[in-house]
Amino acid sequence: MERVAIEQVYRTDYGRIVARLIYLLGDFELAEEAAAEAFKAALEQWGRDGIPANPRAWIIATARHQAIDRLRRRVSFDARRDELLHFVENRMADSEPEADGAVRDERLRLIFTCCHPALALEAQVALSLRTLCGLSTDEIARAFLIPATTMAQRLVRAQRKIRAARIPYEVPSSDHLAERLEAVLTVIYLVFNEGYAATAGDPLVRKDLCAEAIRLGRIVLELMPGDAETAGLLALMLLHDARRETRLDAAGEVVLLEDQDRERWDRVQIAEGLRLVEMALRGGPAGPYAVQAAIAATHARARRAADTDWREIAALYDYLLTQQPSPVIALNRAVAVAMAFGPEPGLALIATIEAQGELSNYYLLPAARADLLRRMARWREAADAYRAALALVKGNPERRFLERRLAEAEALRDS
Amino acid sequence: MQYMLLIYDNQAGSRSAAELSKLHDEYLAFTQGIIKNGNFKGGDALEPSTTATTVKVRDGKTLMTDGPFAETKEQIVGYYIVEARDLDEAAAIASRIPTARTGGIEVRPVRKM
Repeated sequence: MERVAIEQVYRTDYGRIVARLIYLLGDFELAEEAAAEAFKAALEQWGRDGIPANPRAWIIATARHQAIDRLRRRVSFDARRDELLHFVENRMADSEPEADGAVRDERLRLIFTCCHPALALEAQVALSLRTLCGLSTDEIARAFLIPATTMAQRLVRAQRKIRAARIPYEVPSSDHLAERLEAVLTVIYLVFNEGYAATAGDPLVRKDLCAEAIRLGRIVLELMPGDAETAGLLALMLLHDARRETRLDAAGEVVLLEDQDRERWDRVQIAEGLRLVEMALRGGPAGPYAVQAAIAATHARARRAADTDWREIAALYDYLLTQQPSPVIALNRAVAVAMAFGPEPGLALIATIEAQGELSNYYLLPAARADLLRRMARWREAADAYRAALALVKGNPERRFLERRLAEAEALRDS
Repeated sequence: MQYMLLIYDNQAGSRSAAELSKLHDEYLAFTQGIIKNGNFKGGDALEPSTTATTVKVRDGKTLMTDGPFAETKEQIVGYYIVEARDLDEAAAIASRIPTARTGGIEVRPVRKM
């Protein structure tokens, strides 16, 4: 019985509990250790004494006492120990629990600290998932296909750096807020991509990454309401994730966007995504996340693949390219142009990208060319292009898909 | 808390007399600024790495070699020790060091012994 209650508190409130503890204790590592011990104590005591009226407050109060005991027991070579004790004991007086504004501030502080640019990007990702989403070290390690010990070291190192270099636990000042927020969104985007593009590893755990990224996006939007790019990123994630049930068939094979059963797209999520896109596009020039979300929205609005407004999508990619001149975006734009205006202009654009040489290891470039050649029934050239793509592809479902296309092209070439 | 700001720069490629003079003035202004703000605890320019000597002791023997410890393109050209509230403040100070524009500033917390 109490186990269920504890798991409930853990799932929903771990991030808030740690945020509060970091605020009270002034130290990431100490806060984490104290929280872990408090949850252990809860396991022991709630079974005996019953579940407290306010479980979260119980955990926080217990953790605080654990931390003070722990600090007192530390052999004091560390001048900082006394400083910390003093700090924590003073904060005891601040026992005012969670007025909404205070909680909001603490969580904002936590997010910005986890995503501080002085930490390595992979550390920012790990720390965010650990402290904001309450994922265990094991879960994060499995999600990123890294040994658990490596992930544990990564987290410890990050927490130590925060302490040793004194990375401040605070919301950035207004002149740095925009660029720091950008860093937070980058982390969230990375987490989502890791889950969405998952081609190896435990599919269940990786699908959860998308859910965690969306959750993080919601938290940030709640804390910074009206921020256009945050809304744009959340919209983008919701709209992509809405297709999750239809991206692979029952046998685990790739299903292209144009072949997906749109009835099985998550319409509730799409509705939310479309609302957020509107928010993101209101007032002022659209940022990259907003534009990408608008592209996803254009797909989502089409009830059937044939109804897709490809000209709109091509125009959006034109605009996105001016903001983010990357060869991958140029490739996506080439595909949109082909769908809107015919394969010839698409092929021409792809040839230009190829000539620039930046995507020489990217299987989607020859794959895209192959697909356009296929639509033009130029089977021999299509087969060559599929072979080139197969030489570069990494994931197994994608490989099998290309092999099927290659077989088809070869059969038709000889017919 | 104290931080050491290690100033790295690529010493190849000469600067003209006018450029050197301008750099000198910028450093002067910067240093005076952080003295005034109470951040300055120490600091100086260093002679170029061509004047460096590296000393090692192995098995009781002292070894002396010509040149810096690491033969990298970027070398330490100077340092500051500053008192700052946290990393963000130290980094803000570092960003105003003139050489930050061409080289890089390593911001290292000082451990008090």
